[in-house]
Amino acid sequence: MNRRQANHTGPPVTGESPWARRALITLALAFLGLMLIAPLVVVFTEAFARGAGVYLAALTSPHTLAALQLTLGVAIISVSANLIFGIAAAWAITRHTFRGKSLLLTLIDLPFAVSPVVSGLMFVLLFGADSLLGPMLEDNGIRILFATPGIVIVTIFVTFPFIARELIPLMQQQGAAEEEAAVSLGAGGLRTFCLVTLPNVKWALLYGVLLCNARAMGEFGAVSVVSGHIRGQTNTLPLHVEILYNDNKAAAAFAVASLLALLALVTLALKTLLEKRFSRPAQAPHTR
Amino acid sequence: MQLTVSGLRKSFSGQPALDDVSLTVASGELVALLGPSGSGKTTLLRTIAGLEQPDAGVVLFGDRDAATYRIQERGVGFVFQHYALFRHMRVEDNIAFGLRAQKSRRLPAHLIARRVGELLELVQLSGLEKRFPAQLSGGQRQRVALARALAIEPRVLLLDEPFGALDARVRKDLRRWLRDIHDRTGHTTVFVTHDQEEALELADRVVVMNGGRIEQAAGPDAIYDEPASPFVFSFIGDSSRLPVRIAQGRALFEGDDLDLDAGAMSEGEGHLFLRPEDMDMAQASGPGFPGRIVSMRRIGGMRRITLACGEAGHPVVFDVPAHRAFSLSQDLRLRICGGRMYLPSGGSFVAHRLKAHEVQDDRPPERSGNDA
Repeated sequence: MNRRQANHTGPPVTGESPWARRALITLALAFLGLMLIAPLVVVFTEAFARGAGVYLAALTSPHTLAALQLTLGVAIISVSANLIFGIAAAWAITRHTFRGKSLLLTLIDLPFAVSPVVSGLMFVLLFGADSLLGPMLEDNGIRILFATPGIVIVTIFVTFPFIARELIPLMQQQGAAEEEAAVSLGAGGLRTFCLVTLPNVKWALLYGVLLCNARAMGEFGAVSVVSGHIRGQTNTLPLHVEILYNDNKAAAAFAVASLLALLALVTLALKTLLEKRFSRPAQAPHTR
Repeated sequence: MQLTVSGLRKSFSGQPALDDVSLTVASGELVALLGPSGSGKTTLLRTIAGLEQPDAGVVLFGDRDAATYRIQERGVGFVFQHYALFRHMRVEDNIAFGLRAQKSRRLPAHLIARRVGELLELVQLSGLEKRFPAQLSGGQRQRVALARALAIEPRVLLLDEPFGALDARVRKDLRRWLRDIHDRTGHTTVFVTHDQEEALELADRVVVMNGGRIEQAAGPDAIYDEPASPFVFSFIGDSSRLPVRIAQGRALFEGDDLDLDAGAMSEGEGHLFLRPEDMDMAQASGPGFPGRIVSMRRIGGMRRITLACGEAGHPVVFDVPAHRAFSLSQDLRLRICGGRMYLPSGGSFVAHRLKAHEVQDDRPPERSGNDA
């Protein structure tokens, strides 16, 4: 009792001794170092282990460039698709009441709950040679599996929840009143969406896009199942890293991995920037 | 523009929110929808605005069915409970939003700017046009919301709990100010409130709602003096209720003759509703009935006493001057000088104002109540 009063400004409300606090902080930092920082350092040191020449050669090899191109292309398509799906899903869930709404909410989370490999297998079963759809599409000259469309489809599936999950809580909290106000003032649907809905969720939307993009570029399991690993054609960057590593080209593998790590770091930096914007008071919702 | 709603019904997942509601609001009238939460008042307001679709019934603007307008063309100025200002727009852009959204008769930019200036002046916010909503106080936001709604020259102005989120002093100022704006602009106006004082002070006519139905629609005086149902009586003002039997022109409470003139009423059992001013201390020898003080509260210059009366201890509330001393559990004799008797009659009520037989104390005669 006395101690708590004496330490009014300090943090002992939770009651730990300074030693316990120091030990906990050390533990957390050690864990962080071991699990996050050390791997990152290893990636870059291994990438440069045989010198900058090997590093550059690995990055500029035709297979790597093709993989980079495919990865970026798939990411652009899947993020755009999920931007539309995510906004549509969030709109449907937060602005309308309908039968099966909670089921839809659960379904949106499904890609998070299912292992990516299983997601990939699902699409193999759906579009494979023994399926109903596969041969039908094949007859019409459309190839899904072991081709770019398959990679795009599984990536869209795996990254579907990111944008919707960012938008739903925010739009729920903001409510529909501003949109109703806009409509009652004479604004049409598009005008209301562009001038009212979108500006209110833009930071959450950008945040969702970043997360979605990071996952789209880094997805391994599901893509691995449907891609067929054809070098220069259906190899994305993560798959390319694995192939190089299995070929005992460790330095090249780490060089390509460092590229992915860089993309991740850029995403992380952007995310931090956005979080700063988010917490600005001008963006705070109306006090009720 | 005259506003008519007729036979409106609306239910949410089986719960009726509006149950056959009909109402006419004259052009330029200021009407309050008053009721407890869940009484359907907000649903009625939103249905008039077109934000909810009725299950049955029509809304007429003048002679025209409002359902034939698209919601954007209804021309309804709606002020939301939490204002719903566009949070990323400056005050001036909020107010100009409706003017810029007009498809057919959109004004040129300089006229929009002028109109925004006029509206800012009307709501006394000139100088704040560059602020964002988050930089305004509650009362200022409320006024921006009103200016934004007025900007489109609405056919009807609808306000949902316009003062609900404000503190008591700002409420009173804004109330007077809103009445003033209404008198100047003359829009047909309907507002929702759960605050009876606000409704009685501000509105030309008060519509009391309960359970999705209109209990009574009348002027403030009639609502207070001649409540049509026990619900209205107890919702408006302070009230006490005694189970009373009418027999042979007399009003009996647990066998005691209350000495009220009930000659005009048919016989039966019902409830006598009392305002604090309907009662007084009885003289030792005069008519009255006993009760025991269970609580006392100081209210302004008066002391409000709650008595437990009769075998069942029915609570009866009345006021005495604050300087008179009483103590808890003290036994008093109470005299009833008037009251409103409700006899149930086929799902409805027969109401009658009862008066004491004669005024024989020092109370001013008008306090014994006027005949309803």
